[in-house]
Order: sequence, then structure tokens, then C-alpha cells
Amino acid sequence: MSISVDEVRHVAKLARLELDEAEILAFQSELNALLGHFQDIASLNVEGIEPKPHAVALRNVWADDVARPSLLRDEALRNAPVTRAGLFIVPQIIED
Amino acid sequence: MPEYVLSVGMEVHAELLTQSKMFCRCPVAFGGEPNTRVCPVCLGLPGTLPVPNRRAIELVMKTALALNCTIARHSVFHRKNYFYPDLPKGYQVSQYGETNPIGYGGFLEIPTAEGGFKRIGIRRVHLEEDTGKLMHLPSGGSGIDYNRAGVPLMEIVTDFPPDIQSPDEAKEYLAQLRQILIYLGVCDGRLEEGSMRCEPNISVRPQGAEKLGTKTELKNLNSFRSVQLGVQFEMRRQIATLEQGGTILQETRGWNEANESSFAMRIKEEENDYRYFPCPDLIPMEFDDPFIDRVAQEIPELPLAKTRRYQDELGLNAYDAGLLISDQDWADFFEKAVTLGGNPKLVCNWMNSDFAKLLNESGQWVAGERERTRVTPTHLVELVKLIESNSISGKMGKEVFAEVFATGKNPQAIVDARGLSQVSDSAAIEAWVQEVLDAHPDVVESYRTGKQGVIGFLVGQVMKRSQGQANPALVQESMRKALEP
Repeated sequence: MSISVDEVRHVAKLARLELDEAEILAFQSELNALLGHFQDIASLNVEGIEPKPHAVALRNVWADDVARPSLLRDEALRNAPVTRAGLFIVPQIIED
Repeated sequence: MPEYVLSVGMEVHAELLTQSKMFCRCPVAFGGEPNTRVCPVCLGLPGTLPVPNRRAIELVMKTALALNCTIARHSVFHRKNYFYPDLPKGYQVSQYGETNPIGYGGFLEIPTAEGGFKRIGIRRVHLEEDTGKLMHLPSGGSGIDYNRAGVPLMEIVTDFPPDIQSPDEAKEYLAQLRQILIYLGVCDGRLEEGSMRCEPNISVRPQGAEKLGTKTELKNLNSFRSVQLGVQFEMRRQIATLEQGGTILQETRGWNEANESSFAMRIKEEENDYRYFPCPDLIPMEFDDPFIDRVAQEIPELPLAKTRRYQDELGLNAYDAGLLISDQDWADFFEKAVTLGGNPKLVCNWMNSDFAKLLNESGQWVAGERERTRVTPTHLVELVKLIESNSISGKMGKEVFAEVFATGKNPQAIVDARGLSQVSDSAAIEAWVQEVLDAHPDVVESYRTGKQGVIGFLVGQVMKRSQGQANPALVQESMRKALEP
């Protein structure tokens, strides 16, 4: 299994990462090394072992539907670089 | 020009009626000041852990059962990864897979124009979380309100290939589904406020063609009318494009309510690549029979079953039954009156005419938050019985009912107080008839020479003498007898 330069570009775009050519090549080799590990796992004998949906053996961990107080708005907005009228402000999203 | 076949798949999102959000305990409400119902969990701050809302899980299961779905024994949440500012975590928690959603493989029945029913297959009913709201500011930039982010959201998707084949069926599907959700108490079904949202996938293909045509998805539909008009517009637009030798682009289109047409929204440069994977922060779910049975116990009689029962067992027609079940409290009122011994047809007639009209004019209702009507099922049964036993006429009944509505007094008390009792005593009626015949010998003469229409005048005279209290049917009969030679 190996990952192409184009696949690295695609994944970088999905993750909103801007990479130069050198970085793309570096990530290609790192990702290939990572994926190589899955080949090691694939070679294990798993006969008779049931697939697990989660590493933890717990099931049905839920909370009752009871509303509790939220954060104060100033607190909620405190880390935002830009706020106005109680809103988080981000650069204009263009969708016509 | 070949005939075309329309195929419509429906994706419906419904906000669940819970007190708190899906993965944190922030309150759920409509409106309010922005970013006042947020916390570190629903803001996606690092180091926080989500805990699912038990009630939301139960509400989705309840819906899935009502839509005849199979319930998954094992079900997990997935992350759907994409970047958009209204999604604070960079992923939406949802449920992926064919048999992983809480419910799958069900159906809903819709009434057809021919008076029958058609089954619309349901592919999946799953649980996810809503996004925040993005506002484009006139001063530049976009503002985000995360109050809605993390509100429990249910998605209901129809089967593929789609069963819906006309704009009317699309509208009817949505109407039936909405009514079921309201009956179940899982969603308030407010299309205008967006607590229930519908996105149809629309395609056409020439009659006989096996492969479905390229589909377009329609957004911004916020009423039944816009769903019907929107699907119809898209159908016609696609057929016209194909007829002119064009091709349909797979795209998302917006519905413009003002000029009743659809417009292409931005076509995404690349195919969506959501990289779904099981959310490691959330523990898997397992549903056993006792859990499922307990949820099933909560399901009330559903609207369609109710209309069928009203027709089959109570003898109402489809139209009347449809009016009664259009609101659960209205149907409850009707059923209470019938249980108290009211004649179903008569109770129904009073409800769907005079009662509905007065409620409408006064803004009152039989239950809930609006001003409550003073009329009770007992009142209505008493009134109907007074008319059935000829104690008062239907016309008097209307006056009595108006007074019951205004004052909340018992019909019998009103009849007694106003001296409204209808006279059905034959001796008294015959006496009035004789008086009238004696007073109008000329009219009697013209009746006997063939002008039978004058009987109306004579009956009217009797009613006048009785001050409107004589039973009109008996007067008519008695008059006819007296005039026979």
C-alpha cells in the first residue's frame, strides 16, 4: 500500500493545510510509513476474535435530559479573535 | 415528446423536542440572544467529552418504530468531517452505514387521490446534531450563533430507488410525516421556523428507461406549498432541459419563494469527502427487547389508524375524519364526546362547523397554551341529545351552542332559561294548524286548486304562532294531512 503525491495534496486540502512541495514529499513518506504499520496488523491471525465497535467495553453511557445553565456569553466569546453583537465573527463566507 | 417519470427522494431533518442538547446539557429553545445557550462541549473546545442525551435516543427509536423500521441492536455514532464555521468541532456527529442507524428499512403510508394508500419506503432514521447559524453581515464578515449547535437532530431518508413519483405525493409524504412526528411528540413540525426541514432529491427519466436520471437537490423549502411547487418546478425545468438536448447537472439548487423558481447554488469543485469514522469519544449503544418495548409503549394511536377507525367503526367519511385528526387535542375532544354517548356523526358535524368557526373567530382552542374554550365534551353531547330527541330544533341548537361557547353554561340550563323547548306535542300542533287554516281560507282554496307551493306559507304561519317552538317536521306533516280532502 502506498500513497501518491496527489493523495497527499487531497488530504492536505481537506485538512485546510497549505503545504509546499518539500513538505508534500516529506508527508508522503511519513504517511506511507504509517500505513505500512497497518500491513503489519493485517498479517496478524485474528481467527475466532469478534470485531469490537470500541476499545472500551462499556455500553449505553447516557445522560438524563435535564437542562443546566450554559456559559455566560462573555465567557463563551472570550477566546474569539473577533466578536460583534454577541456573535463570533469570521471572514465572509461566500455562498450565493 | 416522450413521457417522463419523476422520482423524488426525501431527506427530512427534525429537531427533537428535548430539554437539553444532544451531547451536553445546554438548554434547547427557539430564538433568544445569540450564544447564550453554549458551553465548552457544544463549542468544541479541546478536552471536553460528549455524553449522549438518553431522551433523544428514545425519541428517534419511537419515530423509527412508528415508521415500521427495524431497530438496530448495535448502533454507534460516527464523525462526518468537514470544515464550515457553523460546525464548531470540524465534524458533525452522525450515524453512518446501512444497518447502524437506530432505525432502518421501514415505510410510511400516504393516501392517494383514488382513495387508497401508497407505501413510501423509509431507508433510515438516524440521530445526529444540528449546526449553528451563520449570518452574513452587511458590514462584511459572517457572524455565528452557536445556540443551535448540538441540538438533537433526527434525519429521516426515503428508500432508493424512490417511491415518490409526483409533486403531490412529495407534499403528502411530508404532511403525513409531520403529523406523525407531532402525534409522537418528537418534533413540533414548524417548517417556517426550520424545526423541520425538507430537502428533496429530484430526477426525471423517459418512461421505460431503467436508469434514474441525474438528480438535483432542492433547499430552502419552508412550507408544504413550496415543497409541492419546488418539486414541480424542478421536474418541468429538467424535462425542458432534456427536451432541448441539454444535460442535467448534479447540483444543489435553492428555492426562491418570491418568484417561485429554483436557482443553482455554488457547485462544489470536488466531491464531498467526509471521511466518516466511528467517534472514539462516544460509547457504542446496544438495544435489547425490554428497552425497545418500553419505547414502543409510548407510541399513541397514529393519525392514519385514527382516520381509518373513525371511518370503519364510527361511520364518518374520509373528509370529516381527516378534519378531526388534523390536531391531536381536537381528536381527543371528539373521542371524549363519543365515549360520553354522543352520536359520532352529529358530534363531528357540530365540531367541524359551528364549534370550529367560533374557535377560529375567538382564537381559543380545546387545549394547550392558547386561551381555553369553555365548551366541554359533556356540553356537546348534551346539546346533540337535545336535538336528537326533538326537544329543540337544529336552529335553536345553534343559538344554544353560541351561548354555551360564550358562557360555559349547560345546554339544558340555557334551554330552560330561555324557554326554548321545541313543541312536539301533536295536539298542540294540530290546534295551531287548525287556527291557521281558519284564518286563511283563500290560501287553503288555492292549495286545493293545485297551487301546492303555498303550503310553505301555511307552515310558516304555524311556526309564527308557536313563536318558533313547534317542531317543523311535525308541523309540515300535520299541515299536509289537514289539507288532504
